[in-house]
Amino acid sequence: MFLSELNKGDKAVIKGIVTKNNIMKRRLRDMGVVTGTIIFVKEKAPLGDPIDIHVAGYDLSLRKEEAALVKVELIGG
Amino acid sequence: MKNFKEEYNIALAGNPNAGKTSTFNAITGEHQHVGNWPGVTVEKKEGFFILNDVKVNVVDIPGIYSLTAYSLDEIVARDYILKGNPDMIVDIVDASNLKRNLYLLIQLLETGKKTMAVFNMMDIVKKKNLEIDTKAISKSLRIPIITLDIDKNKKSAFLKENIVEMCKKEYENNFKIDYKPVVNDAIDEIIEILEEKGFEFSEAKRWVAIKILENSEEYLKRLEKLEYRKEIFEIIEKTEKRIEKEYGMDTESFIVERRYGFITGLLHETFREKHSIKDRIDFSDKVDAVVTNKYVGIPIFLVIMWLMFQSIFTLGQPLVDIIDKFFELFSSGTASLLVAIHSPAWLVSLVTDGIINGAGSVAVFLPNILILYFFMALLEDTGYMSRVAFIMDKFMHFLGLHGKSFIPMILGFGCNVPAITATRTLESRKDRILTIVTIPFMSCSARLPIYVLFAGAFFKKDAGMVVFSLYILGILLAVLSARVLKNMFFKNEIAPLIMEMPPYHMPQWGGIFLHAWRKGLLYLQKIATVVVIGVIGIWFLSSMPFGVKYASAESWLGKIGDFLAPVFSSAGFGYWQIAVALIFGILAKELVVGTLGTVLIAAGSSITLSQALHNYFTPLSAYAFLVLTLVYVPCVATVAAIKNEAGWKWALFSTIYSLLLGWGLATLIYQIGSLF
Repeated sequence: MFLSELNKGDKAVIKGIVTKNNIMKRRLRDMGVVTGTIIFVKEKAPLGDPIDIHVAGYDLSLRKEEAALVKVELIGG
Repeated sequence: MKNFKEEYNIALAGNPNAGKTSTFNAITGEHQHVGNWPGVTVEKKEGFFILNDVKVNVVDIPGIYSLTAYSLDEIVARDYILKGNPDMIVDIVDASNLKRNLYLLIQLLETGKKTMAVFNMMDIVKKKNLEIDTKAISKSLRIPIITLDIDKNKKSAFLKENIVEMCKKEYENNFKIDYKPVVNDAIDEIIEILEEKGFEFSEAKRWVAIKILENSEEYLKRLEKLEYRKEIFEIIEKTEKRIEKEYGMDTESFIVERRYGFITGLLHETFREKHSIKDRIDFSDKVDAVVTNKYVGIPIFLVIMWLMFQSIFTLGQPLVDIIDKFFELFSSGTASLLVAIHSPAWLVSLVTDGIINGAGSVAVFLPNILILYFFMALLEDTGYMSRVAFIMDKFMHFLGLHGKSFIPMILGFGCNVPAITATRTLESRKDRILTIVTIPFMSCSARLPIYVLFAGAFFKKDAGMVVFSLYILGILLAVLSARVLKNMFFKNEIAPLIMEMPPYHMPQWGGIFLHAWRKGLLYLQKIATVVVIGVIGIWFLSSMPFGVKYASAESWLGKIGDFLAPVFSSAGFGYWQIAVALIFGILAKELVVGTLGTVLIAAGSSITLSQALHNYFTPLSAYAFLVLTLVYVPCVATVAAIKNEAGWKWALFSTIYSLLLGWGLATLIYQIGSLF
């Protein structure tokens, strides 16, 4: 499943970034979104998008568009 | 100039929000100045400190997350690190957010530059119950690390001593990450080729080799021109295939994962977290639960915006009045003085009508601007700004803009000039330019007097509705323009929202005041020069030929008005007086009403301006005129601000675009309205 499908409070482990867009891939990685990292969804914006996730010890906000590129495995809700 | 025994140049690098700027303030004290990087408008802060006869020049470069650059800020920062040749890089590390901060640090080390690290925010580390063995990290990375609490004042002496000591020390940075034989070998092979063929890069060989393998477009492009590119491309391809086969990923992913692998390994040895991530609900989380809440998040945001907007204008107004009064007195005082020393009338007019009043018309905005920057800095410093972008992004993205475009656009209702400057918080050039070009459609406070005058004179009962409709029209035009321009100029540019949400901080008041003050000065400096030149130009046109009544039909300005008037007849107001008022309006929209008063009412006449307007306008042409004043050319100060932020090309574009659009709309309204 993908990061964009998670609900508030879900905990998951990142399985990879699925996109041909190298710049996007790099940007996400630079911000600590790398395979094996455990994340959890902290908030969703009032209009449902973007989302705020806790990753690598800090908070990161992403649009669902970008979150839909991040493959994750749910490990707890 | 005093000669110092030794002089060094250092660059302060680090992630955004790592405390770089406050460290910079602490070590350079009052010895700083803010300028722009050559050729771009990204702010460059430079300063120095002197310790025991050693002078250290410090450059505070924009915050970055890695050495791959995306925004203008980041490109500037990276170029300075790689090509600016500082004697040493001082990396400010937010120790409470170690993993991501180390990602930048190890890349800095990989460039082969002399580097030291400052582990900042150790007090938060303590509060969060984290344990960091900095000695072990220092040993592993083979660089000096010093630790700091957020309270730098006590520690600044300590920091300066360490920086000077490190500057003097000769040491080799030969930090290497083990990329496993497959990449290590490729790196060595590329280095060998580069050495053999004569190295043509200014950066360290190993760094260049890694970037080439990482598929960095920039380095590959530079490679294209070289004869030996084929050999290097063979190595890239070979490595790519091996990694794909052995690890099932591309080289770039492999390299990045090795870097993170290194960091994970390092942290495993040196870092203890006493609670798991989810148990730790800290202050920021509690605030966010309310501020980004599904139901109250947006109302809270609107209240904060309203408060900010209100204070900019209500707190600012008394000061604005004082400055206005001051310029009035200054102008009349100077006039009397000039007359007393028998200066020619044209000189009196130039100095008072032209320079002083012109500069005054811009300077009166200073209090608003200072208050605005104060709030902007406050919102930024506390961390709320990224929440605003978070809350509004969906809506703004729908319009073709970015979450961070929202605040500048709202500020445009006050004054377009600071609003345009406020777009600096946007990362992508596309978003910045789209926001900048659409801001002039936000009805600034200077346009309100025109609306009020005309609405009162022609639409008595519906005056409120008419004014409101103009605000709405402006917003609609901004939105439509953003969409159209995006499709015309920036079709394929991606501007994702991948943004750190920093924890909330208590504001550092000193820094905020300093920031507002500096911005205010820059505003005066930059805008005043352009405006004064513009004002002198208009003054000249109004006073020529010699002996003519200032701004009368016989003056050159009147002649120009006469010449331009037919252009406006399609919109129903083809009179030279109106054309002149519109020309003055380019200088500052405030001048439109004043000019109409001067040119429409004959000396000694007792009719009011409202009555006089009825001789020139019908309700229909009055509305067309209002639409024109809303849209046509932003004032000189705004054009100057656009030029500063986006360059001449966009300033010119914005001017022409708004002129044509304004004229077209006014004509359309008048012509269609005349059919009924």
